[in-house]
Amino acid sequence: MKKIIDCRNITKSYGHGDMETQVLKGITFSVDEGEFVAIMGPSGSGKSTLMHILGALDTPTGGDYFLDGKNVAKLSENELADIRMEKIGFVFQSFNLLPRTTVLRNVELPLIYAGVSKEMRTKTAEKALRDSAFPENAWLYHSNQISGGMMQRVAIARSLVNNPAMILADEPTGNLDSKTGEIVLHTFQSLNMEHGKTVVLITHEQYVAEHADRIIHILDGNILKDEKNHNKRIAGKEKEIKS
Amino acid sequence: MKFADLIEEVYNAVTVNKVRSGLTMLGIVIGIASVIAMVAIGQGTQATVQASIQSLGANLLMVTPLSQKAIGTTVSAGYGSAETLTPADATALSSLPGVAAVAQEISGRYQVVYKGSNTNTTVMGTVPAYLQVRNVQMDEGSFVTDSDVSSANRIAVIGPTVLQTLFAPSANASATDEMAIGQVIRIKGNDFTVVGVTLAKGGSGFASQDNYIYVPYTASQHYLLGNLTYLTEVDMEVQDQGSMTTVQQAATNLLLQDHNISNPADADFSILNQADVVSAVSATTGTFTTLLASIAAISLLVGGIGIMNMMLTTVTERTREIGLRKAIGAKERDITLQFLGESVTLTFSGGTLGILLGWGIAAGMSYFAKTATDVSLSSVILAFGVSALIGIAFGYYPARRAAKLNPIEALRYE
Repeated sequence: MKKIIDCRNITKSYGHGDMETQVLKGITFSVDEGEFVAIMGPSGSGKSTLMHILGALDTPTGGDYFLDGKNVAKLSENELADIRMEKIGFVFQSFNLLPRTTVLRNVELPLIYAGVSKEMRTKTAEKALRDSAFPENAWLYHSNQISGGMMQRVAIARSLVNNPAMILADEPTGNLDSKTGEIVLHTFQSLNMEHGKTVVLITHEQYVAEHADRIIHILDGNILKDEKNHNKRIAGKEKEIKS
Repeated sequence: MKFADLIEEVYNAVTVNKVRSGLTMLGIVIGIASVIAMVAIGQGTQATVQASIQSLGANLLMVTPLSQKAIGTTVSAGYGSAETLTPADATALSSLPGVAAVAQEISGRYQVVYKGSNTNTTVMGTVPAYLQVRNVQMDEGSFVTDSDVSSANRIAVIGPTVLQTLFAPSANASATDEMAIGQVIRIKGNDFTVVGVTLAKGGSGFASQDNYIYVPYTASQHYLLGNLTYLTEVDMEVQDQGSMTTVQQAATNLLLQDHNISNPADADFSILNQADVVSAVSATTGTFTTLLASIAAISLLVGGIGIMNMMLTTVTERTREIGLRKAIGAKERDITLQFLGESVTLTFSGGTLGILLGWGIAAGMSYFAKTATDVSLSSVILAFGVSALIGIAFGYYPARRAAKLNPIEALRYE
């Protein structure tokens, strides 16, 4: 099986000399293609820092990080931007959609920076919206006219549009009520199971983490536990969104 | 990122907040409009003044007597009071090489009467060459002729203002040339027959040639002045503009010699070169234009600072958006170009509107205030250039600030 994420003894520290604090103290794990992994830990455990490194937003202080076979640990700012554009689809807790902009255009945004032609962009964005089960009649709504659950599904469609090696979701249900959170989790599960997408989900909630195939527990900058999830929850499909 | 997409992103960003973009643009609109309008007014005034000086006659040298000084004192009488310029001087000057024509002049202000109406105006005693030298044209009848001069005929040629004043004194009537020609008017108690009317030249004030009465200079000497020896001014027309200075120098030397004056500083006459007057006036109006333009430029600068202020606010406000764009693959260059594009779009469209508005103001000034204006292509091009430059100059710092944002911190920004 192809390894999408391969972290080898990753460390990250901030500050210098006496003020130095080590946030990650040697993280080693790998994620195979098609896996649904949850990274879990309380706040302050270092999971956000790990998420930034996994998302190529930041580089580790030590160790190697291979993303889809490429070592991104020592890349420059611009090279990291290219990696993010090609390999990673982000879903954030606070959606981060462009306000007063249509749903379709929000989804197209990553393709604009990739230099894809307009026709191709629209086609790809429409497919991504369908894959994330976003109702077609709301494609031309402005992003601030739709509910939180719908917004997160726009964000999921946006993360899919550049056909990334993995989807990296940072507390995707954190701003949603449990019902809409369920729907978002269902979307991730169907993307993973039906479309074979690799999903890495970062959360502090046990309940959310239990939707993944495998859970990595982080505490104080170390991996505490890395185990298969034997009682995987399947998010209810019957609870369709009413927008 | 493709250029067309960049344009679209910029367009979306600018139109998302129309009120704010409009208000920011307003600063540039007002700045550019005032620069265009001020320069147009300045240049229009300059052109008008130059044209009115030129209308007094082309390539003109004016010789006037200087003030009279009594021997042994330093007290001077009024300028032009010296009785030193004679008809003989005029004859001598006319023989200088490069001189096209010479006109003797004796001017004075006298009371003029026709039937019940009367006026006080300048009576100019002169010769036929005056028409050519001072660029005067006849509307009707004839001007002073050589035979009028040699026999000191009491004939008069009147300007259109005099015609109106004497022959149609009530405000709403208008006098025709036919009413005046052949009539007898009294100047300082002497009868003069009107033989012609000059064409209106425009101009205002007591120096307006429309308010002149022309008589043969000999008649002026005999009947008005009672003195046969001196002239109040000699005007020379030089053949071409290039030889103005040479002729001026030659005329100075000739008169110094004829008047037996060895030191040029003691000259009892002065020669005024029309080109000097034009350049002096041009310099004055040029300064005036610069002054107006600099005041307008200050408002343009304030507009530019407004752009920078708005862009900085926008960068702060859109921190998370910038973070997101960077997270999904935007490079520093993309962000810089987008924000720079936004400020240049604002200033450029503001500049375009400003040019139109400035043009409108200039046209309005010409139409309503009767002030001559001249919107030159160079000021339009300059305004375009300046507005684009302001966009780049004042947009660069905010754009770099946006591009340098750390994506992690930007995404976390509340």
